[in-house]
Amino acid sequence: MKQGQFEQLYQPLWHVMELEIIELEKPDGRLKGSELASFASRYRRLCHFHALAKDRHYSSHLVDKLGDLVVRGHQQLYRRKQPFMQQFTSFIVAGFPRLVREQQRYIWWATALLYVPGLLMFLAILWQPDLVYTVTAPEQVSSFESMYDPENRTLGSARESDTNVQMFGFYISNNISVAFRTFASGILFGVGSIFFLVYNGLLMGAVAGHLTNAEFTQTFFTFVVGHGSFELTAICIAGAAGLKLGYALLAPGNLTRKESLKRASLVAIQLVYGVIIMLVIAAFIEAFWSSNNILMPWQKYLVGGFLWALVIGYLVFSGRSLRGERGQG
Amino acid sequence: MLLDTRQSLETPEGALLPLTPAGFGVRVLAQLLDILIRYGIVTVLFIVLSLLGRMGTGIALILAFLLEWFYPVFFEVTRQGRTPGKKWMGIRVVNDDGTPITFGPSLLRNLLRFVDFLPMLYLTGIIASLCNRQFKRLGDLAAGSMVIYEAPPAREPSFEVRGQLPVPTDFSTDEQRALLAFAERSKYLSAERQSELATILLPVIGSKDPVIAIKQMANTMVGKQ
Repeated sequence: MKQGQFEQLYQPLWHVMELEIIELEKPDGRLKGSELASFASRYRRLCHFHALAKDRHYSSHLVDKLGDLVVRGHQQLYRRKQPFMQQFTSFIVAGFPRLVREQQRYIWWATALLYVPGLLMFLAILWQPDLVYTVTAPEQVSSFESMYDPENRTLGSARESDTNVQMFGFYISNNISVAFRTFASGILFGVGSIFFLVYNGLLMGAVAGHLTNAEFTQTFFTFVVGHGSFELTAICIAGAAGLKLGYALLAPGNLTRKESLKRASLVAIQLVYGVIIMLVIAAFIEAFWSSNNILMPWQKYLVGGFLWALVIGYLVFSGRSLRGERGQG
Repeated sequence: MLLDTRQSLETPEGALLPLTPAGFGVRVLAQLLDILIRYGIVTVLFIVLSLLGRMGTGIALILAFLLEWFYPVFFEVTRQGRTPGKKWMGIRVVNDDGTPITFGPSLLRNLLRFVDFLPMLYLTGIIASLCNRQFKRLGDLAAGSMVIYEAPPAREPSFEVRGQLPVPTDFSTDEQRALLAFAERSKYLSAERQSELATILLPVIGSKDPVIAIKQMANTMVGKQ
């Protein structure tokens, strides 16, 4: 068949395809179900024409034009689009806690890397108070002191609400960035995640130890007990996701390192989704609840304990299937 | 044809998709544009919202955080893999299989941007992208994504020569494409250089003026008079 004949005969079809593809490429493209139903079969014919045109040495202008349509059609046919809200709910209720249980090996390691150095530092500072200066600068130490000094708190007055909003913004941007860095640097064979976990653990232990020595325990622990549940757990999970990336590179098993990294990242990024949600909750509690001074300490400890039980219970039990059939966890 | 970076990807239909991965030069420029846009927005945000006092600062901090980490994710997912800077430079992000990038991979590659930036000025990312054929930085390796050039829109070619000449039947598509490329690029070549290049084909074409012969063949290929 001559090229001219070929073009005349089939041009209407690829013209229709072109219009459909342009419509699909728009973010708010409107195509009816009936039109879309035949898209796949039309796309296969287009691929066929492209192959024919190439094989018959038709002019490269035509081959390129059809090739371009094939690429764009491929992108539209194989794009992955799923209903967002439905996925979101099932992820919160079951997907995330299941995933955490599935990956608990990494979670335990990350937890140990955060808390063990923290606890050691805490005890070391109770014994040798000057050790606090090994991890923080003197100015930082004094700013912590003034933050939690009971003298600076006018009892019975809550912070003004606009300050709360300001601090909420600060906690969001600061804490989530820390979690993101803890996760991302795990790709450096896990070293980065280990560093951030241990460093944050040491800092935490140092501040807690120093303020215990200064006898500001009540102001400090009533402040952190509430949001600590979400925040510290989220940092552990972010670190665990990073460790998973690092481990996939260190011990890829039967896969190539590249493939192993790709598969591990698919899982790790889902842990990060959960981390983001937990940290937003944590920032909210930290800004609007933890800073509230009207409440009695026992009320804060009670709510704090409840929140810890909530987080742990959620991660341990949520998404397990009932009636004897065991879930993935 | 052997020296370019074009790669073919086979689809389930057996079609070969030509994809041209973008190197770090053009991506750095795109990133610079994006940084300028982002910092511009953040500066305006802080100036305007600081008028609202502390609450405004809080909101500005949240928005700045969102811009820092989610600006590329937002545009890549909703605009077929193009942030404004990438669009400007004519590149886009796709999944390894050539499909438009989705939320998960996009978030992943943009979180890992932090590591690619280390120790400074994207040094890790640049070194990583020079070590593989798709110019992938670490984020792309993990997310299974790559940055490719947009296919340029098909031009209406004009070769300043009239008449047609049949293309020899034993020319392969690649060879035809080379003839066409010569005719298209002739605008940027001096007449001497044109005839110097075209003379190489003299034994195959066997015409008095190979430059005109090739251009006439190009006319045939694109269907012009």
